[in-house]
Amino acid sequence: MGYTAIEKIIGRNVNKKVHAGEIVMTNVDRVMIDDIMVAFVKEKFEEMGFKKIWDPEKVVLIYDHFLPASQVDDTRQFKAGNEFASKYNISHIHRSDGICHQLMPEQGYVKPGDIAFGTDSHTVTYGCVGAFSSGIGYTEMAGILGTGQLWVKVPETIKITIDGKLPSNVTSKDIILKIIGDLRADGATYKCLEFCGSTIFNMSVAGRMTMSNMVVEAGAKCAVFTADEATCEYCGLEYNDNIKELAADYDAVYVRELRYDAKDFVPVLACPSQVDNIHPVKEYEGIAVDQVFLGSCTNGRLEDLQTAAAILKGKKIAKYLRFIVTPASVKVYNEALADGTIKILADAGAIITHPGCGLCCGRAGGILCDDEVVVATNNRNFLGRMGTSKVKIYLASPATAAMTAIKGVISEP
Amino acid sequence: MGRIFKFGKDVDTDQIIASQYLLFPTIDEMKSHTFESLDTEFASKVTPGDFVVADENFGCGSSREQAPSVLKALGVKAVIAKSFARIFYRNAINIGLPVIVSKVLYDESSSGDEMSLDLDHGIILANGKEYSCTKLPAKMQAILDQGGLIASLNKEEA
Repeated sequence: MGYTAIEKIIGRNVNKKVHAGEIVMTNVDRVMIDDIMVAFVKEKFEEMGFKKIWDPEKVVLIYDHFLPASQVDDTRQFKAGNEFASKYNISHIHRSDGICHQLMPEQGYVKPGDIAFGTDSHTVTYGCVGAFSSGIGYTEMAGILGTGQLWVKVPETIKITIDGKLPSNVTSKDIILKIIGDLRADGATYKCLEFCGSTIFNMSVAGRMTMSNMVVEAGAKCAVFTADEATCEYCGLEYNDNIKELAADYDAVYVRELRYDAKDFVPVLACPSQVDNIHPVKEYEGIAVDQVFLGSCTNGRLEDLQTAAAILKGKKIAKYLRFIVTPASVKVYNEALADGTIKILADAGAIITHPGCGLCCGRAGGILCDDEVVVATNNRNFLGRMGTSKVKIYLASPATAAMTAIKGVISEP
Repeated sequence: MGRIFKFGKDVDTDQIIASQYLLFPTIDEMKSHTFESLDTEFASKVTPGDFVVADENFGCGSSREQAPSVLKALGVKAVIAKSFARIFYRNAINIGLPVIVSKVLYDESSSGDEMSLDLDHGIILANGKEYSCTKLPAKMQAILDQGGLIASLNKEEA
Protein backbone atom coordinates (compact mmCIF):
# COMPACT_ATOMS: atom_id res chain seq x y z
CA MET A 1 0.00 0.00 0.00
CA GLY A 2 1.57 3.25 -1.16
CA TYR A 3 1.54 6.71 0.33
CA THR A 4 -0.39 9.85 -0.60
CA ALA A 5 1.43 13.16 -0.94
CA ILE A 6 0.34 14.36 2.51
CA GLU A 7 1.34 11.04 4.11
CA LYS A 8 4.80 11.49 2.61
CA ILE A 9 5.17 15.10 3.77
CA ILE A 10 4.11 14.31 7.33
CA GLY A 11 6.09 11.05 7.34
CA ARG A 12 9.29 12.84 6.40
CA ASN A 13 8.71 15.38 9.15
CA VAL A 14 8.14 12.79 11.90
CA ASN A 15 10.79 10.46 10.50
CA LYS A 16 8.57 7.41 10.12
CA LYS A 17 6.11 6.08 7.57
CA VAL A 18 2.55 7.15 8.37
CA HIS A 19 -0.88 6.48 6.97
CA ALA A 20 -4.14 8.41 7.32
CA GLY A 21 -5.72 8.21 10.76
CA GLU A 22 -2.52 8.16 12.80
CA ILE A 23 -2.01 10.92 15.33
CA VAL A 24 1.56 12.23 15.27
CA MET A 25 3.52 15.05 16.85
CA THR A 26 4.95 17.20 14.05
CA ASN A 27 8.00 19.44 14.24
CA VAL A 28 6.85 22.75 12.87
CA ASP A 29 8.97 24.34 10.12
CA ARG A 30 7.22 27.71 9.98
CA VAL A 31 4.44 29.65 11.66
CA MET A 32 2.56 32.74 10.54
CA ILE A 33 0.78 35.10 12.96
CA ASP A 34 -1.43 37.89 11.64
CA ASP A 35 -2.35 41.22 13.19
CA ILE A 36 -5.86 40.12 14.26
CA MET A 37 -4.51 37.38 16.48
CA VAL A 38 -1.08 38.54 17.66
CA ALA A 39 -2.27 40.19 20.90
CA PHE A 40 -4.20 37.05 21.85
CA VAL A 41 -1.21 34.82 20.99
CA LYS A 42 1.00 36.97 23.21
CA GLU A 43 -1.45 36.76 26.11
CA LYS A 44 -1.79 32.96 25.87
CA PHE A 45 1.96 32.45 25.38
CA GLU A 46 2.68 34.30 28.59
CA GLU A 47 -0.22 32.63 30.42
CA MET A 48 1.38 29.28 29.54
CA GLY A 49 4.51 30.43 31.32
CA PHE A 50 6.89 30.26 28.35
CA LYS A 51 9.93 32.52 28.59
CA LYS A 52 11.23 32.22 25.04
CA ILE A 53 10.11 31.22 21.56
CA TRP A 54 11.44 27.81 20.52
CA ASP A 55 12.97 29.21 17.34
CA PRO A 56 12.25 32.88 16.50
CA GLU A 57 13.74 32.34 13.03
CA LYS A 58 10.72 30.18 12.15
CA VAL A 59 8.15 32.79 13.16
CA VAL A 60 6.67 35.30 10.70
CA LEU A 61 4.49 38.15 11.91
CA ILE A 62 2.40 39.90 9.26
CA TYR A 63 0.17 42.97 9.56
CA ASP A 64 -2.50 42.85 6.86
CA HIS A 65 -6.08 42.73 8.15
CA PHE A 66 -5.98 46.25 9.58
CA LEU A 67 -3.55 47.83 7.19
CA PRO A 68 -3.43 50.78 7.11
CA ALA A 69 -5.20 51.23 10.44
CA SER A 70 -8.64 52.81 10.19
CA GLN A 71 -9.74 52.52 13.82
CA VAL A 72 -8.02 53.05 17.14
CA ASP A 73 -8.61 49.38 18.04
CA ASP A 74 -6.50 48.36 15.02
CA THR A 75 -3.46 50.28 16.19
CA ARG A 76 -3.55 48.46 19.53
CA GLN A 77 -2.87 45.21 17.65
CA PHE A 78 0.15 46.69 15.89
CA LYS A 79 1.51 47.92 19.20
CA ALA A 80 1.02 44.51 20.80
CA GLY A 81 2.72 42.87 17.79
CA ASN A 82 5.68 45.21 17.92
CA GLU A 83 6.13 44.59 21.65
CA PHE A 84 5.86 40.83 21.19
CA ALA A 85 8.39 40.84 18.35
CA SER A 86 10.95 42.88 20.23
CA LYS A 87 10.53 41.01 23.53
CA TYR A 88 10.96 37.56 21.93
CA ASN A 89 13.36 38.40 19.11
CA ILE A 90 11.06 37.90 16.11
CA SER A 91 12.85 39.45 13.15
CA HIS A 92 10.54 38.35 10.30
CA ILE A 93 7.94 41.07 10.64
CA HIS A 94 6.06 42.60 7.71
CA ARG A 95 4.36 45.83 8.68
CA SER A 96 3.17 46.93 5.23
CA ASP A 97 4.23 44.42 2.59
CA GLY A 98 0.96 42.71 1.74
CA ILE A 99 -1.43 39.91 2.59
CA CYS A 100 -0.03 37.08 4.72
CA HIS A 101 -0.95 34.21 2.39
CA GLN A 102 0.65 35.97 -0.55
CA LEU A 103 3.80 36.89 1.36
CA MET A 104 4.48 33.45 2.85
CA PRO A 105 5.16 31.73 -0.51
CA GLU A 106 6.28 34.93 -2.30
CA GLN A 107 8.96 35.79 0.27
CA GLY A 108 10.21 32.19 0.42
CA TYR A 109 8.99 31.33 3.91
CA VAL A 110 7.40 28.06 2.80
CA LYS A 111 8.96 25.38 0.61
CA PRO A 112 7.97 21.94 -0.66
CA GLY A 113 7.73 19.43 2.20
CA ASP A 114 7.49 22.05 4.95
CA ILE A 115 4.93 21.90 7.73
CA ALA A 116 3.48 25.32 8.49
CA PHE A 117 0.65 26.64 10.65
CA GLY A 118 -0.96 30.05 10.79
CA THR A 119 -3.58 31.87 12.85
CA ASP A 120 -5.86 32.22 9.84
CA SER A 121 -8.02 29.62 8.13
CA HIS A 122 -6.64 30.41 4.66
CA THR A 123 -3.20 29.19 5.77
CA VAL A 124 -4.13 26.16 3.63
CA THR A 125 -2.80 28.26 0.73
CA TYR A 126 0.79 27.01 1.07
CA GLY A 127 -0.23 23.62 -0.32
CA CYS A 128 0.32 25.43 -3.64
CA VAL A 129 4.07 24.79 -3.25
CA GLY A 130 3.74 21.26 -1.89
CA ALA A 131 3.84 22.17 1.80
CA PHE A 132 1.45 20.92 4.50
CA SER A 133 -0.17 23.99 6.01
CA SER A 134 -3.31 24.65 7.98
CA GLY A 135 -5.05 27.20 10.16
CA ILE A 136 -5.14 27.01 13.95
CA GLY A 137 -6.39 29.12 16.87
CA TYR A 138 -4.28 31.47 18.96
CA THR A 139 -4.02 29.14 21.96
CA GLU A 140 -2.52 26.40 19.80
CA MET A 141 -0.22 28.92 18.17
CA ALA A 142 1.03 29.93 21.62
CA GLY A 143 1.68 26.24 22.32
CA ILE A 144 3.76 25.89 19.14
CA LEU A 145 5.76 29.02 19.94
CA GLY A 146 6.74 27.43 23.24
CA THR A 147 7.32 23.85 22.13
CA GLY A 148 7.94 23.90 18.38
CA GLN A 149 5.47 21.04 17.98
CA LEU A 150 1.84 20.40 17.14
CA TRP A 151 -0.08 17.13 17.10
CA VAL A 152 -2.04 16.34 13.95
CA LYS A 153 -4.11 13.48 12.70
CA VAL A 154 -2.74 12.41 9.31
CA PRO A 155 -5.66 13.26 7.01
CA GLU A 156 -7.37 11.03 4.49
CA THR A 157 -7.01 12.35 0.95
CA ILE A 158 -9.49 13.12 -1.80
CA LYS A 159 -7.70 12.94 -5.15
CA ILE A 160 -8.87 15.41 -7.77
CA THR A 161 -7.64 14.89 -11.31
CA ILE A 162 -8.18 17.49 -14.02
CA ASP A 163 -6.97 16.83 -17.56
CA GLY A 164 -7.04 18.81 -20.76
CA LYS A 165 -7.22 22.41 -21.88
CA LEU A 166 -9.49 24.94 -20.17
CA PRO A 167 -11.87 27.12 -22.20
CA SER A 168 -10.34 30.59 -22.69
CA ASN A 169 -12.84 32.33 -20.37
CA VAL A 170 -12.26 29.92 -17.46
CA THR A 171 -9.67 30.49 -14.72
CA SER A 172 -8.46 28.43 -11.78
CA LYS A 173 -11.03 30.29 -9.65
CA ASP A 174 -13.87 28.75 -11.67
CA ILE A 175 -12.30 25.31 -11.19
CA ILE A 176 -12.06 25.53 -7.41
CA LEU A 177 -15.56 27.05 -7.09
CA LYS A 178 -17.00 24.21 -9.17
CA ILE A 179 -15.17 21.63 -7.01
CA ILE A 180 -16.41 23.24 -3.76
CA GLY A 181 -19.93 23.16 -5.18
CA ASP A 182 -19.53 19.45 -5.93
CA LEU A 183 -17.96 18.59 -2.55
CA ARG A 184 -20.23 20.98 -0.57
CA ALA A 185 -19.12 23.14 2.36
CA ASP A 186 -18.31 20.16 4.57
CA GLY A 187 -17.44 17.58 1.91
CA ALA A 188 -13.72 17.59 2.66
CA THR A 189 -13.80 18.19 6.43
CA TYR A 190 -10.60 16.93 8.11
CA LYS A 191 -9.32 15.78 4.71
CA CYS A 192 -6.54 16.71 2.29
CA LEU A 193 -7.30 17.59 -1.32
CA GLU A 194 -4.57 16.41 -3.68
CA PHE A 195 -4.72 18.01 -7.13
CA CYS A 196 -3.23 16.38 -10.21
CA GLY A 197 -3.62 15.94 -13.96
CA SER A 198 -2.33 17.75 -17.02
CA THR A 199 -4.41 20.91 -16.41
CA ILE A 200 -2.80 21.29 -12.98
CA PHE A 201 0.65 20.47 -14.36
CA ASN A 202 0.29 23.28 -16.91
CA MET A 203 -1.11 25.76 -14.39
CA SER A 204 1.02 28.58 -12.93
CA VAL A 205 1.88 28.56 -9.22
CA ALA A 206 -0.33 31.68 -8.92
CA GLY A 207 -3.28 29.74 -10.35
CA ARG A 208 -2.64 26.85 -7.96
CA MET A 209 -2.52 29.35 -5.10
CA THR A 210 -6.07 30.47 -5.89
CA MET A 211 -7.21 26.86 -5.62
CA SER A 212 -5.31 25.86 -2.47
CA ASN A 213 -6.48 29.09 -0.81
CA MET A 214 -10.11 28.01 -1.07
CA VAL A 215 -10.04 24.34 -0.04
CA VAL A 216 -10.99 25.32 3.52
CA GLU A 217 -14.37 26.38 2.08
CA ALA A 218 -15.04 22.66 1.61
CA GLY A 219 -13.80 22.05 5.16
CA ALA A 220 -10.42 20.64 4.10
CA LYS A 221 -7.48 20.50 6.49
CA CYS A 222 -5.06 21.13 3.66
CA ALA A 223 -4.36 20.98 -0.07
CA VAL A 224 -1.36 19.52 -1.85
CA PHE A 225 -0.12 20.44 -5.30
CA THR A 226 2.85 18.11 -5.62
CA ALA A 227 6.00 20.12 -6.16
CA ASP A 228 7.17 20.06 -9.77
CA GLU A 229 9.53 22.10 -11.93
CA ALA A 230 7.24 25.13 -11.88
CA THR A 231 7.08 24.99 -8.08
CA CYS A 232 10.85 24.76 -7.78
CA GLU A 233 11.35 27.65 -10.17
CA TYR A 234 8.92 29.73 -8.08
CA CYS A 235 10.70 28.76 -4.85
CA GLY A 236 14.21 29.15 -6.28
CA LEU A 237 15.04 25.49 -5.66
CA GLU A 238 16.58 22.73 -7.72
CA TYR A 239 14.03 20.09 -8.75
CA ASN A 240 15.96 17.19 -7.22
CA ASP A 241 15.25 13.65 -5.98
CA ASN A 242 14.61 14.91 -2.48
CA ILE A 243 11.63 16.89 -3.79
CA LYS A 244 10.53 14.30 -6.36
CA GLU A 245 10.20 11.72 -3.57
CA LEU A 246 7.36 13.77 -2.06
CA ALA A 247 5.03 12.82 -4.94
CA ALA A 248 2.25 10.34 -4.15
CA ASP A 249 2.87 6.66 -4.95
CA TYR A 250 0.91 5.11 -7.83
CA ASP A 251 -0.72 2.72 -5.33
CA ALA A 252 -1.56 5.33 -2.70
CA VAL A 253 -4.96 4.90 -1.09
CA TYR A 254 -7.56 7.64 -1.46
CA VAL A 255 -10.84 8.00 0.37
CA ARG A 256 -12.48 9.44 -2.74
CA GLU A 257 -11.49 10.34 -6.31
CA LEU A 258 -12.97 13.03 -8.54
CA ARG A 259 -12.13 13.44 -12.23
CA TYR A 260 -12.79 16.43 -14.43
CA ASP A 261 -12.30 17.16 -18.11
CA ALA A 262 -10.99 20.74 -18.38
CA LYS A 263 -13.13 21.54 -21.42
CA ASP A 264 -16.32 21.01 -19.36
CA PHE A 265 -15.63 23.95 -17.01
CA VAL A 266 -17.55 27.20 -17.45
CA PRO A 267 -17.31 30.55 -15.61
CA VAL A 268 -19.23 30.19 -12.34
CA LEU A 269 -20.38 32.22 -9.34
CA ALA A 270 -20.72 31.38 -5.66
CA CYS A 271 -24.11 32.95 -5.03
CA PRO A 272 -25.29 34.50 -1.74
CA SER A 273 -24.57 33.46 0.93
CA GLN A 274 -22.74 30.12 0.83
CA VAL A 275 -19.48 29.38 -0.92
CA ASP A 276 -20.90 26.05 -2.13
CA ASN A 277 -23.92 27.70 -3.80
CA ILE A 278 -22.36 27.45 -7.28
CA HIS A 279 -24.09 28.36 -10.54
CA PRO A 280 -22.90 29.20 -14.07
CA VAL A 281 -22.44 32.96 -14.62
CA LYS A 282 -24.76 32.60 -17.64
CA GLU A 283 -27.74 31.86 -15.36
CA TYR A 284 -27.28 35.11 -13.44
CA GLU A 285 -26.40 37.49 -16.26
CA GLY A 286 -28.16 40.84 -16.06
CA ILE A 287 -28.28 41.26 -12.28
CA ALA A 288 -27.33 44.88 -11.48
CA VAL A 289 -24.12 45.31 -9.51
CA ASP A 290 -23.07 48.19 -7.24
CA GLN A 291 -19.46 47.25 -6.73
CA VAL A 292 -16.80 44.94 -8.17
CA PHE A 293 -13.83 43.85 -6.10
CA LEU A 294 -10.64 42.42 -7.61
CA GLY A 295 -8.06 41.38 -5.06
CA SER A 296 -7.45 39.36 -1.86
CA CYS A 297 -5.21 36.40 -1.08
CA THR A 298 -7.39 34.41 -3.48
CA ASN A 299 -7.10 36.56 -6.61
CA GLY A 300 -4.86 39.57 -6.06
CA ARG A 301 -1.80 38.34 -7.93
CA LEU A 302 -0.18 39.75 -11.05
CA GLU A 303 -1.82 37.28 -13.43
CA ASP A 304 -5.23 38.08 -11.90
CA LEU A 305 -4.73 41.80 -12.47
CA GLN A 306 -3.42 41.10 -15.99
CA THR A 307 -6.47 38.93 -16.79
CA ALA A 308 -8.75 41.80 -15.77
CA ALA A 309 -6.62 44.38 -17.61
CA ALA A 310 -6.79 42.38 -20.85
CA ILE A 311 -10.59 42.66 -20.72
CA LEU A 312 -10.67 46.30 -19.52
CA LYS A 313 -8.01 47.69 -21.86
CA GLY A 314 -9.31 50.81 -23.60
CA LYS A 315 -12.72 50.47 -21.93
CA LYS A 316 -14.50 52.24 -19.08
CA ILE A 317 -16.34 50.69 -16.17
CA ALA A 318 -20.11 51.16 -16.02
CA LYS A 319 -21.52 54.42 -14.72
CA TYR A 320 -22.26 54.51 -10.96
CA LEU A 321 -20.31 51.29 -10.36
CA ARG A 322 -17.41 51.19 -7.92
CA PHE A 323 -14.47 49.03 -9.00
CA ILE A 324 -11.92 48.37 -6.26
CA VAL A 325 -8.61 46.72 -7.07
CA THR A 326 -6.35 45.50 -4.27
CA PRO A 327 -3.04 43.92 -5.27
CA ALA A 328 -2.08 41.09 -2.87
CA SER A 329 1.35 42.49 -2.05
CA VAL A 330 3.66 45.44 -2.62
CA LYS A 331 5.70 43.22 -4.96
CA VAL A 332 2.60 42.48 -7.05
CA TYR A 333 1.69 46.19 -6.99
CA ASN A 334 5.13 47.15 -8.30
CA GLU A 335 5.12 44.49 -11.00
CA ALA A 336 1.66 45.59 -12.14
CA LEU A 337 2.86 49.17 -12.14
CA ALA A 338 5.97 48.33 -14.18
CA ASP A 339 4.14 46.37 -16.89
CA GLY A 340 1.34 48.92 -17.32
CA THR A 341 -1.43 46.79 -15.79
CA ILE A 342 -2.23 49.32 -13.06
CA LYS A 343 -2.49 52.10 -15.65
CA ILE A 344 -5.01 50.13 -17.72
CA LEU A 345 -7.13 49.42 -14.64
CA ALA A 346 -6.94 53.00 -13.39
CA ASP A 347 -7.75 54.39 -16.85
CA ALA A 348 -10.83 52.15 -16.91
CA GLY A 349 -11.98 53.75 -13.65
CA ALA A 350 -10.67 51.45 -10.93
CA ILE A 351 -9.79 52.63 -7.45
CA ILE A 352 -6.41 51.02 -6.73
CA THR A 353 -5.92 50.42 -3.00
CA HIS A 354 -2.96 49.47 -0.85
CA PRO A 355 -2.37 45.71 -0.46
CA GLY A 356 -4.27 44.25 2.52
CA CYS A 357 -7.30 42.27 3.73
CA GLY A 358 -9.62 45.18 4.59
CA LEU A 359 -12.56 44.70 2.24
CA CYS A 360 -12.50 40.90 2.11
CA CYS A 361 -12.88 40.63 5.88
CA GLY A 362 -15.35 43.50 6.07
CA ARG A 363 -13.15 45.84 8.09
CA ALA A 364 -12.35 48.68 5.72
CA GLY A 365 -11.81 49.89 2.19
CA GLY A 366 -15.16 49.49 0.49
CA ILE A 367 -17.68 47.79 2.79
CA LEU A 368 -21.25 47.79 1.52
CA CYS A 369 -24.73 48.61 2.81
CA ASP A 370 -28.12 46.86 2.87
CA ASP A 371 -29.34 45.42 -0.46
CA GLU A 372 -26.18 46.30 -2.38
CA VAL A 373 -24.72 43.72 -4.75
CA VAL A 374 -21.00 43.02 -5.07
CA VAL A 375 -19.15 40.73 -7.45
CA ALA A 376 -15.90 39.87 -5.71
CA THR A 377 -12.86 37.70 -6.35
CA ASN A 378 -12.19 36.81 -2.71
CA ASN A 379 -13.01 33.56 -0.96
CA ARG A 380 -16.05 34.04 1.29
CA ASN A 381 -19.56 35.32 0.71
CA PHE A 382 -20.81 34.65 4.23
CA LEU A 383 -23.68 36.67 5.64
CA GLY A 384 -22.31 40.04 6.75
CA ARG A 385 -18.81 39.35 5.50
CA MET A 386 -18.32 42.55 3.47
CA GLY A 387 -20.68 44.93 5.24
CA THR A 388 -24.21 44.44 6.54
CA SER A 389 -25.93 41.06 6.57
CA LYS A 390 -28.16 42.22 3.71
CA VAL A 391 -25.30 42.69 1.23
CA LYS A 392 -25.42 40.17 -1.61
CA ILE A 393 -21.97 38.79 -2.35
CA TYR A 394 -21.25 36.87 -5.56
CA LEU A 395 -17.79 35.29 -5.72
CA ALA A 396 -16.24 35.10 -9.17
CA SER A 397 -13.04 34.94 -11.21
CA PRO A 398 -11.02 38.04 -12.16
CA ALA A 399 -12.31 37.65 -15.74
CA THR A 400 -15.96 37.60 -14.67
CA ALA A 401 -15.29 40.53 -12.31
CA ALA A 402 -13.74 42.60 -15.12
CA MET A 403 -16.52 41.90 -17.62
CA THR A 404 -19.12 42.70 -14.94
CA ALA A 405 -17.35 45.99 -14.17
CA ILE A 406 -17.68 47.04 -17.82
CA LYS A 407 -21.32 46.04 -18.20
CA GLY A 408 -22.55 47.05 -14.73
CA VAL A 409 -24.51 43.82 -14.56
CA ILE A 410 -23.31 40.26 -13.93
CA SER A 411 -21.74 39.18 -17.22
CA GLU A 412 -19.86 36.17 -18.52
CA PRO A 413 -16.34 37.00 -19.74
CA MET B 1 -30.38 20.23 33.06
CA GLY B 2 -30.07 23.02 30.53
CA ARG B 3 -32.11 24.37 27.63
CA ILE B 4 -31.41 23.69 23.97
CA PHE B 5 -30.77 26.55 21.52
CA LYS B 6 -30.93 25.19 17.98
CA PHE B 7 -29.02 26.47 14.94
CA GLY B 8 -28.92 25.11 11.39
CA LYS B 9 -26.38 23.81 8.91
CA ASP B 10 -23.01 25.39 8.00
CA VAL B 11 -23.12 27.94 10.82
CA ASP B 12 -19.92 29.87 10.18
CA THR B 13 -17.69 31.68 12.64
CA ASP B 14 -18.71 35.08 11.23
CA GLN B 15 -22.25 34.22 12.36
CA ILE B 16 -21.07 33.08 15.81
CA ILE B 17 -19.07 36.27 16.36
CA ALA B 18 -18.75 38.83 13.55
CA SER B 19 -15.36 40.26 12.62
CA GLN B 20 -16.22 43.80 13.75
CA TYR B 21 -16.29 42.59 17.37
CA LEU B 22 -13.05 40.60 17.30
CA LEU B 23 -10.98 43.46 18.59
CA PHE B 24 -13.05 44.22 21.66
CA PRO B 25 -10.41 43.99 24.38
CA THR B 26 -11.96 41.02 26.20
CA ILE B 27 -14.14 38.02 25.44
CA ASP B 28 -16.61 39.31 28.04
CA GLU B 29 -17.13 42.46 25.97
CA MET B 30 -17.59 40.42 22.78
CA LYS B 31 -20.02 37.84 24.15
CA SER B 32 -23.17 39.98 24.01
CA HIS B 33 -22.84 39.89 20.18
CA THR B 34 -22.82 36.08 19.93
CA PHE B 35 -25.00 34.80 17.05
CA GLU B 36 -26.13 38.39 16.46
CA SER B 37 -26.87 37.97 12.74
CA LEU B 38 -28.99 34.86 13.40
CA ASP B 39 -30.71 35.68 16.71
CA THR B 40 -30.29 39.12 18.25
CA GLU B 41 -31.64 37.88 21.59
CA PHE B 42 -29.47 34.78 22.00
CA ALA B 43 -26.88 36.39 24.24
CA SER B 44 -29.49 37.76 26.62
CA LYS B 45 -31.61 34.59 26.70
CA VAL B 46 -28.91 31.94 27.17
CA THR B 47 -28.03 31.05 30.76
CA PRO B 48 -25.09 29.06 32.17
CA GLY B 49 -25.65 25.34 31.68
CA ASP B 50 -27.59 25.69 28.40
CA PHE B 51 -26.63 23.84 25.20
CA VAL B 52 -26.19 24.77 21.54
CA VAL B 53 -27.46 22.08 19.17
CA ALA B 54 -26.73 22.33 15.45
CA ASP B 55 -26.91 20.52 12.14
CA GLU B 56 -23.82 19.67 10.05
CA ASN B 57 -20.54 21.60 9.77
CA PHE B 58 -20.88 23.83 12.82
CA GLY B 59 -18.16 26.50 13.10
CA CYS B 60 -16.98 26.51 9.49
CA GLY B 61 -15.02 29.47 8.15
CA SER B 62 -12.34 31.44 9.90
CA SER B 63 -9.86 30.27 12.53
CA ARG B 64 -11.08 32.76 15.14
CA GLU B 65 -10.84 31.20 18.57
CA GLN B 66 -13.17 33.93 19.77
CA ALA B 67 -16.05 31.82 18.38
CA PRO B 68 -15.87 28.96 20.92
CA SER B 69 -14.64 31.46 23.53
CA VAL B 70 -17.80 33.61 23.48
CA LEU B 71 -19.97 30.49 23.77
CA LYS B 72 -17.97 29.32 26.77
CA ALA B 73 -18.05 32.79 28.31
CA LEU B 74 -21.86 32.83 28.05
CA GLY B 75 -21.89 29.58 30.02
CA VAL B 76 -22.84 27.26 27.15
CA LYS B 77 -22.08 23.83 28.61
CA ALA B 78 -21.46 22.06 25.31
CA VAL B 79 -22.14 22.27 21.59
CA ILE B 80 -23.77 19.17 20.12
CA ALA B 81 -23.81 18.99 16.31
CA LYS B 82 -24.03 16.44 13.53
CA SER B 83 -20.50 17.46 12.55
CA PHE B 84 -17.99 20.24 13.20
CA ALA B 85 -15.54 22.19 11.07
CA ARG B 86 -12.03 21.21 12.08
CA ILE B 87 -10.50 24.46 13.32
CA PHE B 88 -13.54 25.26 15.48
CA TYR B 89 -13.39 21.72 16.87
CA ARG B 90 -9.72 21.97 17.85
CA ASN B 91 -10.15 25.47 19.25
CA ALA B 92 -13.12 24.39 21.39
CA ILE B 93 -11.19 21.49 22.92
CA ASN B 94 -8.17 23.71 23.49
CA ILE B 95 -10.20 26.22 25.50
CA GLY B 96 -12.13 23.49 27.34
CA LEU B 97 -15.53 23.76 25.64
CA PRO B 98 -16.98 20.27 25.05
CA VAL B 99 -17.95 19.67 21.41
CA ILE B 100 -19.97 16.54 20.89
CA VAL B 101 -21.07 14.76 17.76
CA SER B 102 -24.61 13.36 17.72
CA LYS B 103 -26.13 12.45 14.37
CA VAL B 104 -29.70 12.35 15.71
CA LEU B 105 -30.22 14.86 18.53
CA TYR B 106 -30.67 17.78 16.09
CA ASP B 107 -33.50 16.05 14.23
CA GLU B 108 -35.24 14.91 17.41
CA SER B 109 -35.08 18.08 19.51
CA SER B 110 -36.49 21.60 19.47
CA SER B 111 -35.27 24.92 20.78
CA GLY B 112 -36.31 25.26 24.40
CA ASP B 113 -36.23 21.51 25.16
CA GLU B 114 -34.43 20.51 28.33
CA MET B 115 -31.47 18.15 28.17
CA SER B 116 -28.63 16.88 30.32
CA LEU B 117 -25.19 15.63 29.42
CA ASP B 118 -23.04 12.97 31.08
CA LEU B 119 -19.64 13.69 29.54
CA ASP B 120 -17.81 10.82 31.23
CA HIS B 121 -20.10 8.23 29.67
CA GLY B 122 -20.94 10.14 26.49
CA ILE B 123 -24.68 10.12 27.18
CA ILE B 124 -27.27 12.82 26.42
CA LEU B 125 -30.70 12.72 28.02
CA ALA B 126 -33.40 14.72 26.22
CA ASN B 127 -37.18 14.37 26.11
CA GLY B 128 -36.99 11.13 28.07
CA LYS B 129 -34.65 9.53 25.54
CA GLU B 130 -30.98 8.57 25.80
CA TYR B 131 -28.52 9.43 23.04
CA SER B 132 -24.97 8.15 22.97
CA CYS B 133 -22.38 10.44 21.42
CA THR B 134 -19.14 9.88 19.58
CA LYS B 135 -16.05 9.71 21.78
CA LEU B 136 -13.10 12.05 21.32
CA PRO B 137 -9.67 10.74 20.31
CA ALA B 138 -7.65 10.04 23.50
CA LYS B 139 -5.29 12.95 22.82
CA MET B 140 -8.16 15.43 22.66
CA GLN B 141 -10.03 13.93 25.60
CA ALA B 142 -6.89 14.34 27.73
CA ILE B 143 -6.66 18.04 26.81
CA LEU B 144 -10.36 18.54 27.56
CA ASP B 145 -10.16 16.62 30.87
CA GLN B 146 -7.43 18.94 32.05
CA GLY B 147 -9.50 22.01 31.21
CA GLY B 148 -7.89 22.95 27.90
CA LEU B 149 -4.48 23.27 26.29
CA ILE B 150 -3.01 25.80 28.73
CA ALA B 151 -3.75 23.62 31.75
CA SER B 152 -2.58 20.57 29.80
CA LEU B 153 0.76 22.12 28.79
CA ASN B 154 1.32 23.42 32.32
CA LYS B 155 0.76 19.89 33.59
CA GLU B 156 3.21 18.37 31.08
CA GLU B 157 5.87 20.77 32.28
CA ALA B 158 5.19 20.15 35.96
